[in-house]
Amino acid sequence: MNKYWTLFKNGLMRENPLLVLMIGLCSSLAVTTKFENGLGMGLALTFVLFMSEVLISLLRKLIPDSIRIPVFIIIIATFVTIVDLLMKAYMTELAKALGVFIPLIVVNCIIMGRVESFASKRTVGEAAVDALGMGIGYLWVLTGISIVRELLGSGTFIGMTVLSEEYTIAFFSRAPGGFFVFAMFIAASRAFRLMAEKKACAVQMKNTLLTEGEQK
Amino acid sequence: MNEYVKIFLSSMLIDNVVFIQFLALCPFIGMTTDVQKANGMGVATSFVMVLATAVTYPLYNFILLPLGLEFLQTLTFILVIASLVQLVEFYLKKSAPALYSSMGVYLALITTNCAILAVTLNCISKSYSFTESIVYSLGSAAGFIIAMVLMAGIRDRIRLAKIPAFVKGTPVLFVAAGLLSMAFAGFSGLIK
Repeated sequence: MNKYWTLFKNGLMRENPLLVLMIGLCSSLAVTTKFENGLGMGLALTFVLFMSEVLISLLRKLIPDSIRIPVFIIIIATFVTIVDLLMKAYMTELAKALGVFIPLIVVNCIIMGRVESFASKRTVGEAAVDALGMGIGYLWVLTGISIVRELLGSGTFIGMTVLSEEYTIAFFSRAPGGFFVFAMFIAASRAFRLMAEKKACAVQMKNTLLTEGEQK
Repeated sequence: MNEYVKIFLSSMLIDNVVFIQFLALCPFIGMTTDVQKANGMGVATSFVMVLATAVTYPLYNFILLPLGLEFLQTLTFILVIASLVQLVEFYLKKSAPALYSSMGVYLALITTNCAILAVTLNCISKSYSFTESIVYSLGSAAGFIIAMVLMAGIRDRIRLAKIPAFVKGTPVLFVAAGLLSMAFAGFSGLIK
């Protein structure tokens, strides 16, 4: 149980695909102008990631090693097409807002990376937990960025108007704002990690000093 | 003729693949550590981008569309791009070893470059003609090379700057990219 929890937690922060591994960035910046778009994109990616990791982990002994990459691509592309068609049928507006970025999930490095480095070697359970962790890690960063950009750019918070138009900054809902907010997110996570490291270092030093003192 | 110039300029500057459409950010961050590398990656990507458009456009219009298989678009396009990259790699290895040794490393990475798939898909969704598609892909490719080389140049300068520890590395790159993107947003008045 504990093993699965560590795997799950891994994707959330320590190996967050966006903030730490820096993969799959394109979609995360392009669609995060509104909360619903960020959430929709995150859920779509999590679904594709989960299904592909589980299926590939199930088939990992059947797939010949030399043609594994094309096989992975076909499996991923199949699930992406499923999501694409479902979205176009039932959530027309969201599909329009996400546009080309739904088919682009195929070439999202997060999926290819996890499938190649993780799902093709581990058991189904581990692959499923890893997919959920990575997917949710992606999802929370995406929704975080889109909340900030929506609030500052168009003055709404999950659709409710909070700031009047005089106080909004169009910069944030345009392309440059995406880069900027994402930069701030990485900087914040980096600062957080540096602080944690410093703290751990201080505790360790204190402990060694104490034990040395006791020995004397 | 005017129409083509318009498509070329707008895909190169106004709708720049990296700065406005947020495509191909992985090579944009990963491969811009020096100008030469950025240039190599840019040229290799452009080459495959134009080639992929030239192949996928007839494939969609003469095979998938008459058979009513439009939903296989994503699947076939990515397979075509992947095999195309392999073919180009084989061809270069045999016939132009010098070019291969300078471009080879990047070729393998290009399959998962989202700009290429996006450009081929955009040509279909914008219902361009064949020539327009080629012009569009040429423009996007030029825009990509511009973005890569600009960023590599800026990175050389960033290396010398004094930056707080938590912004060092990627965050400052994204801030620089944001500023560049603002500059590129200024091009939007170029074509009415």
